Amino acid sequence: MNRVVITGIGAYSCIGKNIEEIKESLYQGRSGIGFVQERKDIGFRSALSGVVERPNLKGLLDRRLRVGLPEQGEYAYLSTLEAMNNAKIDMDFLQQNEVGILFGNDSSSKAVIESTDIVREKKDTMLLGSGYIFQAMNSTVSMNLSVIFKLRGINFTISAACASGSHAIGMGYLFIKHGMQNMVVCGGAQEVNPFSMGSFDALSAFSVRESEPTKASRPFDKHRDGLVPSGGAATVILESYESAVKRGAPILGEIIGYGFSSNGEHISQSTVDGLLRAMRMSLKDAGLTPQQIDYINAHATSTPHGDASEAMAISEVFGTCKPLVSSTKSMTGHECWMAGASEIVYSTLMMQNSFIAPNINFEEPDEYSEKLNIVSHTLNKNFDVFLSNSFGFGGTNSSLIVRKI
Amino acid sequence: MEKQEIIEKINNFLVEEFELDPDQLKPEALLKEDLGIDSLDFVDIIVIIEKNFGFKVKGEEMVNVKSLNDFYDYVAAHVSQ
Repeated sequence: MNRVVITGIGAYSCIGKNIEEIKESLYQGRSGIGFVQERKDIGFRSALSGVVERPNLKGLLDRRLRVGLPEQGEYAYLSTLEAMNNAKIDMDFLQQNEVGILFGNDSSSKAVIESTDIVREKKDTMLLGSGYIFQAMNSTVSMNLSVIFKLRGINFTISAACASGSHAIGMGYLFIKHGMQNMVVCGGAQEVNPFSMGSFDALSAFSVRESEPTKASRPFDKHRDGLVPSGGAATVILESYESAVKRGAPILGEIIGYGFSSNGEHISQSTVDGLLRAMRMSLKDAGLTPQQIDYINAHATSTPHGDASEAMAISEVFGTCKPLVSSTKSMTGHECWMAGASEIVYSTLMMQNSFIAPNINFEEPDEYSEKLNIVSHTLNKNFDVFLSNSFGFGGTNSSLIVRKI
Repeated sequence: MEKQEIIEKINNFLVEEFELDPDQLKPEALLKEDLGIDSLDFVDIIVIIEKNFGFKVKGEEMVNVKSLNDFYDYVAAHVSQ
């Protein structure tokens, strides 16, 4: 079995367009949430969203490579470029080695809706152009990035709702651990356009604290009233320890545990049993006891039911050892398909820079969160091991454990 | 629409949309071999022609369009119809 390490990270999110900006936002406890009038105008119940600026890739990528890229693909291109630079990987390396890609993505709504509207209006599919098909498929991110970066290894997309990015990293870990790949570009991407979130808004799952956007996402707080949708992309380059050492690559952490489960219950509501089984499986895979986890980056999205379930599951698994807990979604909102990957990036940044980012807006605990050791203000602290939770619709759960080496 | 106007419109979208260098746009230039316009680009050209010249290209007609000059003539013939 190979050891699996992280040699590059990159992200493009509502709290920063690169890891330097993001590190600063995490440390400062800065929210990336805003009020988006366009959502109100088209009938959203909640106009709150992570605010992510669309990049202009003209000049960076030629036209043919841009035409098939949807919004989240543009974010993922930038996060991957950053991660590759950090990992000291160039195009020569990519052409000489079989590098894989496993990205989390679970929708590409804008391209689907726009292309359907055009055909309805023009009644001629020949007037769609060449880009929509490559933008509209769920595999759009892995499809486009594998062409842009000329990747020659494993190549597919993981669609697992809000656990997509986490499972993508889990899959990459397994491929490398079992010797089937030496390097896999993992990550998650999430579109932010209103089309992608209308049907989610319909569930009344979003916070309506529109008068105070930066206070709307308040995981574990007693007065939370729902999540705030968000997006962007994050990339985590996984590599075998042997390959990383041979290349002299920076080693930012080691993936030592991956646990997963399916609730087998409700389509949108989590269960304590499913969550705790994923966490216990990751601990077993890592060969660690609960006492050895220093920090938990919680999935907690700020929904009343979801956060309570996770708080109960953490309490049951970790009992009296009470590791530090925070949900960075308090600042970023819920980055959905991207979240499992971005939260590995955020937690790795914290571990490298010796701080725990705050669970902002945690002002009053409820009966479940009062049993956790929640970090509500930035904590300067050196730590060695973290666990990151991600849960999704359909009851898909993923827990990853990373340690410093 | 005058032929010169058609030429200018086509050259403009080749520069703006396809990011070609204006110096490449010689009438004898072959679309595929010299300008690097591939089969997917032709799909986009159909959309651009409809927007700029108001007619729908039939895919099979484009088979005989090899050079930029062929392209100008093809569009001019349809615009004058």
